[in-house]
Amino acid sequence: MDEDRQTRKDGQGGKDPAIVIRNVHKVFGNQHVLRGINLEVMPGTVTAVLGPSGSGKSTLLRLINQLETRTAGEIYVDGELTGYRKIDTGKGPVLQTLDDKAIARQRSKIGMVFQRFNLFPHMTALENVMEAPVHVGRVPKTDARKEAQAQLERVGLEDRMDYYPAQLSGGQQQRVAIARALAMHPDIMLFDEPTSALDPELVGEVLGVMRQVAQQGMTMVVVTHEMGFAREVAEQIVFMDQGVVVEQGGPDTIDHPRTERFTEFLHTVL
Amino acid sequence: MHTKKGTDQIQIPGRIHARPVRKPGPIVAAVIVAIFVAMLIHGMVTNPNFDWPTVWKYLFNEHVLDGIKWTLLLTVYAMVLATILAIILAVMRKSSNPVLRWVSWFFIWFFRGTPVYTQLVFWGLLSVLIPKLAIGIPFGPEFWSIDTKTVLNATVATVLGLGLNEAAYLSEIVRAGIEAVDPGQEEAAKALGMPPSMIMRRIVLPQAMRIIVPPTGNETIGMLKTTSLALAVPFTLELQFATNAIANRIYKTIPLLIVACIWYLVITSVLMVIQAQLEKHYGKGFDSRPLAGSGAKDGKDGEDPQTRQETDKVNKVMMAGLNA
Ligand SMILES: Nc1ncnc2c1ncn2[C@@H]1O[C@H](COP(=O)(O)OP(=O)(O)OP(=O)(O)O)[C@@H](O)[C@H]1O
Ligand SMILES: [Mg+2]
Repeated sequence: MDEDRQTRKDGQGGKDPAIVIRNVHKVFGNQHVLRGINLEVMPGTVTAVLGPSGSGKSTLLRLINQLETRTAGEIYVDGELTGYRKIDTGKGPVLQTLDDKAIARQRSKIGMVFQRFNLFPHMTALENVMEAPVHVGRVPKTDARKEAQAQLERVGLEDRMDYYPAQLSGGQQQRVAIARALAMHPDIMLFDEPTSALDPELVGEVLGVMRQVAQQGMTMVVVTHEMGFAREVAEQIVFMDQGVVVEQGGPDTIDHPRTERFTEFLHTVL
Repeated sequence: MHTKKGTDQIQIPGRIHARPVRKPGPIVAAVIVAIFVAMLIHGMVTNPNFDWPTVWKYLFNEHVLDGIKWTLLLTVYAMVLATILAIILAVMRKSSNPVLRWVSWFFIWFFRGTPVYTQLVFWGLLSVLIPKLAIGIPFGPEFWSIDTKTVLNATVATVLGLGLNEAAYLSEIVRAGIEAVDPGQEEAAKALGMPPSMIMRRIVLPQAMRIIVPPTGNETIGMLKTTSLALAVPFTLELQFATNAIANRIYKTIPLLIVACIWYLVITSVLMVIQAQLEKHYGKGFDSRPLAGSGAKDGKDGEDPQTRQETDKVNKVMMAGLNA
């Protein structure tokens, strides 16, 4: 596993970061949920985001994918500012909100996997995976079907293609969700506690698929409570608490935490 | 029922073939109900006041059949118009554009807040109130104009009157359906790069339909009978008016009311079958029982999704029956 990580990292040497988060704040009503987050994610690497409940991990992911709008700060994906455009009014640059189409285009570069799967229940597994390539990517249906079949095979579901989500186990549903996101060929994959809603015996199959996706060089940001996964797969560990990044470092951070709060947190989960 | 095929293939020594427990309840109830129904039918058939010969005579009368045709046409046209408008109104109601939200709110407020009979009278009088329709620059010259009477004949006035009123009610049903869809669905679609209009069309509405269809079936059956208010326009070709006219001519009210009732029941039954089909269509993916993690192994030789839906069809028809 460590060798994989090493080769992937070396292969990406000298590139620009895939995600840059600069001094980002988020306020819900009178609740200051994120208080100045700074973070960089290099292409082809896995970042594990850890932290107690309510620390703002999901909010951070949702800001990267523009499911929420940030209150302050900048987020760049593949070097492009998300959500806004800088326009010059003569009196200096101001921000203008992008239109729905432009935001949709930015989002389509980022795949997201949710805690509660969020598969489309009125479509079969295959239709779920085909939906976005056909209607967003304008891929011809026959090609999209082939591609979707390949994606489902990749996550080990070749015999479940014509099942509806309600006929699948949680682990199978989450694997379909991963295949669905991968079918758009995103540059980045975001995972928000992808195994938290699963029975313990189903966690392994989903983590297995995620490992495999990581090994193929995908840039990933994973919010997780699976310390084993974070330690083995992630190049970067980020520990958040109360809306700030408390500690950040390589995978060995988990075994040698520097801050008291991270140490405490690790005691509660390990 | 459907499990039979799947499980009987597996040989198990000493498989239990037990008789069901004896329950006298249904039998007792059936006997009592049967006696009552028999008495009722006997009374109705032998009572000369019902005048069955006249009922049979006029059941397939050409004016009656014509009335059915018009009642059906009005119902279908008005419901199609109402459904399209209702979806637009419901989507407008959820729009980020405040003007659209306000227009939708006002439409619903107005058309729900006034009696449909009054609205129909107004639609009938519109060609008198506004004799000419014109296209041109607002407050400026006209390019083209037409007599209101020629476009707004009695049929169009009735369809518009019934359709617009119904749209106001239906849009609230559609809105409830849209709001019942898990917000996670919209998020997942957004994350895949779908624009809002596509999310509404491909993800949210198809799922909302499952909730929208049953009450809309109710509304359609209601509309079937509301068409009899069309005489307010006045529109005088539909079933209720046709049977009434015959009754007045031959001085036999009851037999012709029975004729109308029989036909309304027949049409309602057909509508219920259509509703059941629609529910089955939009229930796809929802009506299957979730399989537990390890139980999902049945694959090809176990029961497949197809057989499962066949049995659900029966349940759906019964459900629709209760609904109407
Ligand atoms: N839409 C919202 N409106 C108001 N408050 C919100 C909203 N979303 C999140 N919050 C608040 O922001 C804080 C951070 O939430 P967030 O979901 O990001 O935490 P988390 O770290 O993902 O926690 P968990 O591990 O429980 O998922 C919480 O206090 C939450 O109540
Ligand atoms: Mg969360």
